[in-house]
Amino acid sequence: MEVVVSVLVGVLFAAAVYMMLAGNLLRFLLGLILISNGANLAIFAAGRLTAGAPPLIPEGADEPIGLVANALPQALVLTAIVIGFGLFAFALVLALRAYWTFGTLETDEMRAAEPREDAK
Amino acid sequence: MSWVLSIPLIIPFATAVVAFLLRDRSSGRWVSVLGSVLSLLASGVLMAVVWRDGVIAAQMGQWAAPFGITLVADLLSAVMVVITAITGLAVAVYALSDITEEQESMGYHALFQVLIGGVTGAFLTGDLFNLYVWFEVMLISSFGLLVLGNGREQIDGGVKYVALNLVSTVLFLTGTGLLYGLTGTLNLADLAVVVPQVENQGLVTVIAILFMIAFGMKAAVFPLFFWLPASYHTPAFSVSAVFAGLLTKVGVYALIRMFTLVFTGDRGFTHEILLWVACATMVTGVLGAAAQNDFRKILSFHIVSQIGYMILGLALFTPLAIVGAVFYLVHHIIVKANLFLVSGVAQRLTGSTELSRIGGLYKSAPLLAVLFLVPAFSLAGFPPLSGFWAKYILVKASLDVEAWFVAFIALAVGLLTIFSMTKIWGEVFWKPHPEGIDPEMTRLPRGAAWPLMLPIAAMAALTVAIGLFPEPFVAFAERSAAQLLDPSDYIATVLGSAR
Repeated sequence: MEVVVSVLVGVLFAAAVYMMLAGNLLRFLLGLILISNGANLAIFAAGRLTAGAPPLIPEGADEPIGLVANALPQALVLTAIVIGFGLFAFALVLALRAYWTFGTLETDEMRAAEPREDAK
Repeated sequence: MSWVLSIPLIIPFATAVVAFLLRDRSSGRWVSVLGSVLSLLASGVLMAVVWRDGVIAAQMGQWAAPFGITLVADLLSAVMVVITAITGLAVAVYALSDITEEQESMGYHALFQVLIGGVTGAFLTGDLFNLYVWFEVMLISSFGLLVLGNGREQIDGGVKYVALNLVSTVLFLTGTGLLYGLTGTLNLADLAVVVPQVENQGLVTVIAILFMIAFGMKAAVFPLFFWLPASYHTPAFSVSAVFAGLLTKVGVYALIRMFTLVFTGDRGFTHEILLWVACATMVTGVLGAAAQNDFRKILSFHIVSQIGYMILGLALFTPLAIVGAVFYLVHHIIVKANLFLVSGVAQRLTGSTELSRIGGLYKSAPLLAVLFLVPAFSLAGFPPLSGFWAKYILVKASLDVEAWFVAFIALAVGLLTIFSMTKIWGEVFWKPHPEGIDPEMTRLPRGAAWPLMLPIAAMAALTVAIGLFPEPFVAFAERSAAQLLDPSDYIATVLGSAR
């Protein structure tokens, strides 16, 4: 199970890097979604996967009996998803603003802050 | 004891809430100043307690370590919190005059206080995932501050800053996940115990490199620094001063923390990489600065160059080198933030930061000229200013381990720093203004001068004080370095305070 998820993480990272290097801001953002989902899955898999064993403590016991799912990575992933969502929303609005300002999303043409020396 | 650790965190966030509610009134800016004063007091108390009792730790929500979130302060954390509060107060006063009412109504003061809170949290946490969360708090508020006002250049700089910082965040998160998978813990002190026991040390080294890249990006080391000179010259001067002082230093702090506490197993490999990264960072930063013709762009490249010195101290990993790194960290925050504040006044008086379009400040604003010289010479390492001792300790440390080449680089970069500083001096202060105007302080509106000059003068005085009386600061750095090199106290306090 972990192997399958690990391969999936690898595929997501590879696809994300490809998208992020494309030189277009929108593709970069799509890559960013992929890579942050890859990272979340990596945390999930790092916590070891168990099928059909919720981490519940039976009545009267002090700790779960037998092998149950690890709840901590799920809490971490949940936090990371929420944070990632917020950051992505900001990045998306920034990209929109950049498009309105510059009329392009090609990163090579965004040189307002660092104008080319030879362009004058 | 837990309140000593949590109050410095609570104050900025509470201030942010009040400042946000009052964002359309002039009282909002005074709330920000008041909050910064309270932060400074709280951090002073924290410092006093840590100095007296050694490392202190508190478990949030009474969840015992290593399961809950731990707040912990050793001397390095404490001094970083104090310096954050000092910089925060200086910039909050400066902002009284620098930030326009329009920027205020967009929530400048609230974002600023959240940023200070995020930075403080990153210094105080003893939990890796919590560190990630503080990084995010810091990032999202810095995003807001950077693009506040929607200038053309700001949007462009913002895109690059946001993009590269988000990538580094994802790498940090991935590293955290993998380290958790390997060790089953996220508590830094617990990691320090568990990581050496991991069977497959090769994997630990791989994760260490992942962290090195993630934090290296935040710290703007070679070759990961490109976002910094692309964005730091675009926002309001208050914003770039607080960014320049604090943000990259959080990356440096995280590197120092992780590579003295957790990843010390394969030092021949990891710290060797850090050493060459440090040299390349110093050189590329200073050469990049030499090629620039804008006040703030020069200063931005110098941040990169100076980061190299701190990483150098970490990489050499001798007691003296760590002393140098801690001393450098403290001195640099004050000096660098101050230089950006000076550039803001220069822009207000002369109308630009382009070196070719300004000048004449030496004649018309001699006080500002003197106040520029103090941090500028300190940055370059002139005795008797703070930068001299910082560089002296690091060069001495590299000579002690017979790293001649490294010592040579450190000295040569200092020399090139003087070149850039004299360039600014000659262009901004000495040469007459190209349009023939006299940029006198009286050009500022009434009451606008003192909030600009007071923080600059105070921080310059601090620089001179550290330079003239370095002994208590070095003694402090020595105690702090001893704690970093022998983290048994740190580990025992965190894991033992589970009671």
